Amino acid sequence: MRQKLPITNRRSRRGVLKTAVVLAGAAGVLRLSLRPAAATPEMLVDAIRGVVGEVPVNKGKVKLDLPPLVENGNSVPCTVSVESPMTAANYVKAIHVFNEKNPQPYVIGVKLGPRAGRAAFSTRIRLADSQTVTAIAELSDGSFWSDQIDVIVTLAACIEETH
Amino acid sequence: MKGFAAASALLIVAVSSALAVDIPLDQRHSDAEFISAGTRAMQNDETQNPGMLTVLDGETLWNAKAGSSGKSCADCHGDARVSMKGVAARYPAFMPSQGRPVDLEQRINLSRVNDQNAMPLAFESADLLALTAYVARQSFGIPVAVVNDVQSKPFIEQGRTLFERREGQINLSCAQCHDDNWGKNLAASVIPQAQPTGYPIYRLEWQAVGSLQRRLRSCMIASRAEPYDYGAPELVDLEFYLLWRARGLPIETPAVRP
Amino acid sequence: MARALINVPKTAKRGDVIEIKTLISHIMETGYRIGVTGQPIPRDIIDDFVCLYNGEEIFRAQLYPAIAANPYISFFTVATASGTMSFTWTDQHGKSQVQIAEITVE
Repeated sequence: MRQKLPITNRRSRRGVLKTAVVLAGAAGVLRLSLRPAAATPEMLVDAIRGVVGEVPVNKGKVKLDLPPLVENGNSVPCTVSVESPMTAANYVKAIHVFNEKNPQPYVIGVKLGPRAGRAAFSTRIRLADSQTVTAIAELSDGSFWSDQIDVIVTLAACIEETH
Repeated sequence: MKGFAAASALLIVAVSSALAVDIPLDQRHSDAEFISAGTRAMQNDETQNPGMLTVLDGETLWNAKAGSSGKSCADCHGDARVSMKGVAARYPAFMPSQGRPVDLEQRINLSRVNDQNAMPLAFESADLLALTAYVARQSFGIPVAVVNDVQSKPFIEQGRTLFERREGQINLSCAQCHDDNWGKNLAASVIPQAQPTGYPIYRLEWQAVGSLQRRLRSCMIASRAEPYDYGAPELVDLEFYLLWRARGLPIETPAVRP
Repeated sequence: MARALINVPKTAKRGDVIEIKTLISHIMETGYRIGVTGQPIPRDIIDDFVCLYNGEEIFRAQLYPAIAANPYISFFTVATASGTMSFTWTDQHGKSQVQIAEITVE
């Protein structure tokens, strides 16, 4: 096990920061933003409707795990687990993940069955911006359950120009 | 997003006039300790670490014949797990034939040219990164042990001079962040000590594996300085100083960094 | 072909729930980035991943551009019998890569 650095203690020991670091605007360096348009709320609703149909989506049973503060949106660890006995009579059929502000709302959809034993998967996702991420599980009885998390995506202080 | 960030990441830094002081040896930490738990987990689990895919590519290249000699690395060096163990921990190193230090990438290329009669691989090419990562992986866990002897010393000192020299539009030296202010925040990131123990690294920003020279150039670009060309003596001197500065810390190639 | 890493336990007890981890080298180009020439870089992603256990599908994923470069996917299955697990990644052009792992179930 690595020991976590006592950064806070260290900082207080050192006392007041002598260095003032300020993020300034684009003074002197003008670059066009290359960022594509984000998905609209309608696109998100449509994407979810495309999976769920008109069935109501309940809150609960699903646990979406994402770090609340992301240090780089290019690769964000994402785990979804669903409470389920995973028996032939009662299991999770599918899990879907949606995001709010990437160009496309659908992130991943997985199909599983009682043979999984445990209704969970992990992957790494891209988040273009701070936003809400939604996971929806489809159970064998036709019901849908969900969880939502707000994620803050920070930008690294030092970023290289695009190559 | 990146274009915008690059534009807005212009830093105005008012630094105290205190002289840069070396980090005491017992207060040095791997940069892995300054990254998020999720990124650290990605590094530590071989099946989650994309750098391991590069290491595997390197293993294939190690055993592949190259150049007019028709020889592979393995034909001379045998099993890298034995012959390359600890080697990367001693690079950069002074090469008498060159009259100056070379880094691991350059050392591999010297062997390609002189022993395999092959063309040198381009800096930052997939093949050079893969071979370097594979060789460096054989030193995983071994403490950095670059040699600072009479021949090496002037180059290490030159690297230190470059590390401590202010440069670029922001007029910032490496040392101002990584010696004087490590552990503090720069925007949302914690400033690491810049201990380059895990190169080549898989960097989330790059979404790819890259070399220490690429990382140094990135830092220069971010501080609005003119980066040195790949292979420039200044970059190798900087690498040499940085690895000497990291002496004793274990190699962790392939590291994962944000 | 792309490099892949699979982590399947070599042995398991019958009925155990085991974790399977997979990683494959792929750029997962979103199609939303602009290249140095000012032109959009064309989308190039793996969009389908499937795991068969002794020929039976036990897990399938539909991937979109929001999956990070070098896709990592881990999931679970019940160790039912000794045999073969196959992992197939298919990109948007229909090109597939298959990787095989053996498991012994006692």
